Amino acid sequence: MSFYESLMTLERLPFKELWKGYGAEDVRRALAKEKLDEEDLLALLSPAAGPHLEEMAQKAQRITRSHFGHVVQLFTPMYVADYCVNHCTYCSFSSIYDFPRKKLTLEEVEKEAAAIASTGLRHILLLTGESRRDSPVGYVKDCVKVLRKYFSSISIEVNPLSAEEYQELAHAGVDGLTLFQEVYDRETYAKLHVKGPKRNFRARLDAPERGCQAGFRSVNIGALLGLHDWRQEAFMAAMHARYLQDRYPSCEISLSPPRFRPYLGSFNPESDVTDRALVQIILAYRLFLPRSGITLSTREPAEFRDRLVHLGVTKMSAGVSTEVGGHTGDGGTPQFEISDSRSVPEIRDMLYRSGLQPVFKDWDILAESSIR
Amino acid sequence: MKDALHIGGKALSSRLFIGTGKYSRNTLIPEVVEASGSEVITVALRRVDPSSREENVLNHIPPHMTLLPNTSGARTAEEAVRIARLARAAGMGNWVKIEVINDQRYLLPDNLETIRATEILAAEGFVVLPYMSPDLSAALRLRDAGAAAVMPLGAPIGSNRGLRTKELIGILIEETGLPIIVDAGIGRPSEAAEAMEMGAAAVLLNTAIATARDPLGMAEAFRGAVAAGRQAYLAGLGAVRQEAEASSPLTGFLSV
Ligand code: SF4
Repeated sequence: MSFYESLMTLERLPFKELWKGYGAEDVRRALAKEKLDEEDLLALLSPAAGPHLEEMAQKAQRITRSHFGHVVQLFTPMYVADYCVNHCTYCSFSSIYDFPRKKLTLEEVEKEAAAIASTGLRHILLLTGESRRDSPVGYVKDCVKVLRKYFSSISIEVNPLSAEEYQELAHAGVDGLTLFQEVYDRETYAKLHVKGPKRNFRARLDAPERGCQAGFRSVNIGALLGLHDWRQEAFMAAMHARYLQDRYPSCEISLSPPRFRPYLGSFNPESDVTDRALVQIILAYRLFLPRSGITLSTREPAEFRDRLVHLGVTKMSAGVSTEVGGHTGDGGTPQFEISDSRSVPEIRDMLYRSGLQPVFKDWDILAESSIR
Repeated sequence: MKDALHIGGKALSSRLFIGTGKYSRNTLIPEVVEASGSEVITVALRRVDPSSREENVLNHIPPHMTLLPNTSGARTAEEAVRIARLARAAGMGNWVKIEVINDQRYLLPDNLETIRATEILAAEGFVVLPYMSPDLSAALRLRDAGAAAVMPLGAPIGSNRGLRTKELIGILIEETGLPIIVDAGIGRPSEAAEAMEMGAAAVLLNTAIATARDPLGMAEAFRGAVAAGRQAYLAGLGAVRQEAEASSPLTGFLSV
């Protein structure tokens, strides 16, 4: 049993009719409940919830403050390699694009790490393009060894790995896994993932679960919003998160709601996710999963991020570069364009101005490692 | 000190313990300490960054406070033990609140792992205050393992739902002979007062103060409530009777 089986059932739901079928009553009922079920989630994502965003926001904020307090955890992604063997139609790192690829040496990783750590950040998300050949597990592990000297929590966003490989990385000190399904709709998935191992939908879908089994402390999943009907994608991502929460209660499951951003190519998303839509998604996530982390990236513009921090978001990135070596070297090709290019102090000040406390450190790596 | 709470060789005059976790800024902490009159403050070691001067929560805690580092984030006894040792090595003293939580949805403590961690840490000389689900046999095991007090939850962390576990906490107060510190769930001063009236030794609060519109006002309110509840307990509450006591007894004629 894996989420795959649930997905096979869920995807048979008549979404088009469902979205039309919900009314204000269903939304109000969901809002009155403490523990929401699948039906409630559908109602909150449906057009009927559109006029109720304010009520949803009030409740979402109450829940968030009571569980998480007035704090937002900060982190930053660090790109160490942009080699990729896949062709995803929405990404600049796709193997079809011809640009000088880069992979940081361990010395460069250290320089980059020191630069990031000097901003006060203690949580890092290590990213690579998806290539077992160019950025294999051994390389990731070597990078982690270096990063441990600078950071108190290390997450990874790399190609899906086996349970044993995840375990190996957990032992090395990695405590978080981020892995986006990108698209839960299998037909669209097949269309957008043209070439490479990423075409294997199921191998990707089951990877977060392997991460839970391997003992990562946190697993962050999400759909890249805009690639398919956003209501349906948000629904599937939330159901995936609940599936993992139900089975792996000791793992903190978080959701990211990234929206599609401009990149090297010219692909245009099928479904336009407006600001209102994104707010509805975040609120539905919070109400459906009161204790889940919700991560907000710099894909969103600064002014909009400043608003979203009041609606359920618990983690955000700061001082971001989506280029390999972007914090020290001459940089490379960005994976996509970011919208909020503010520095760590700027984000920190914004949070304080918003009545929120930036948390730079929220964990200490406890894993035994040969290097310590 | 009259009516002091004795724990780990310290005599505390305030029976209100507070937290540091959910404030909008760390600079509020000294003000909350002042308003609450509290002498014990819990800090999540995982949040402490000694290398950061401005963001380090420890720099905001007045020196007279007793630090109660907690093992928040630990999922096993081993992790809790390592966190406790790290806290002591970091100079945070030898008090520790054991939190072993394996359930990220409700944040309910794992009593079995908590007992294991308590055994190890008490033997190492820590003053151990375990956070637990109020279960009598677990509390007795914690006592036997060397806990200095036990901290049963009133309701899940952050829920502000009050003393949902009142009956069970009452049993712990009667049976364990340990100070019982009600931790988690208390959202209103009246609930803190109620716990104290029952004979709890102290209460620990974070969310209720940190997320109030006016945290300082709320800290003061809790200070008063805890003191009032304690005073009522000491004064001896009148027994609650199920039926009214008849003013002209039915068998009065017999005594004539
Ligand atoms: S999305 Fe990931 S796998 Fe796809 S091309 Fe970009 S880097 Fe490669």
